[in-house]
Amino acid sequence: MSRRNLMLLGVAAGIAALPLLLRADGGFKGSDDQGSAAVAALAPDYQPWFKPVWTPPSGEVESLLFSLQAALGAGLVGYYLGYRRGSQRRREDAPRAGD
Amino acid sequence: MHIMEGYLPPLHALAWTVASAPFVLVGARKVAKVMEEHRETRLLLAASGAFAFVLSALKIPSITGSCSHPTGVGLGAIVFGPPVTAVLGSIVLLFQALLLAHGGLTTLGANVFSMAIAGPWVSFAIFRGAAALGLPQAAGVFLAAMLGDLATYCVTACQLALAFPDPASGFGGALSKFLAIYAVTQVPLAIIEGLITVVAVNILVQHSRDELCALSFLKGGALKGGAR
Repeated sequence: MSRRNLMLLGVAAGIAALPLLLRADGGFKGSDDQGSAAVAALAPDYQPWFKPVWTPPSGEVESLLFSLQAALGAGLVGYYLGYRRGSQRRREDAPRAGD
Repeated sequence: MHIMEGYLPPLHALAWTVASAPFVLVGARKVAKVMEEHRETRLLLAASGAFAFVLSALKIPSITGSCSHPTGVGLGAIVFGPPVTAVLGSIVLLFQALLLAHGGLTTLGANVFSMAIAGPWVSFAIFRGAAALGLPQAAGVFLAAMLGDLATYCVTACQLALAFPDPASGFGGALSKFLAIYAVTQVPLAIIEGLITVVAVNILVQHSRDELCALSFLKGGALKGGAR
């Protein structure tokens, strides 16, 4: 990982962490839920006409599934990068091995 | 940007589904074509989908004191183009609708339209525009991913404002309310997504040259060469 990439990721992490320090009072609720709340405020009579087919029974199960989503994705990205690096290195070594 | 299950009136839900369907169908055909003609890019395709999987799972705190998540589809839009990305984004949204009660089936069409169609097309247009203007590649990638992310949330705000206009101030009043919730919160997250996407493209340019050339990402003067 180049120095430049590490720096960019560091800045990204900083932007994510900063609100936690600056807005210690914030509830950090999800914007999606706030959107639903705004709908309820604008149209108090509106009733959602369809229920989710399945709802995680608790916050714990929900965070399990979110972690799984991230883990599966990260695993695949990591596999891909490792595979690419490996095949690139093998190709660079190949001419010497062929002599 | 997820509109929750049942939170769009039936007519709106249907209209957005009808609007999104052709993009996803064309995208599915394009995916099949890419997999057949550029077999070597299959793994990269999976990795681009995985990238969106990771990023859209991350709820990140924002300066407004609430949390939101990046979309992760800018990368796919830049490398594979918007039609393929429509499919990748739809898979992510379907997973979240079925297993996480996040978004929903009735609102899938609207959510696909914002995250898997509008965002990627904005990213793609900005990336091409930046290249045409001769901006450095990293700047183009950053702007494309950042503004695509932001566009997704603006579209969500429009969708909700269309469905639920303010009784007093109409569509405009509702739009400003929804934009305050979605778009303002999203600004720092969009910047984060821009930065991470620049890193992803840097790594791809370094390690996946063959695939990027096959997809014609690295053709043309402005895009040649490594990370600048």
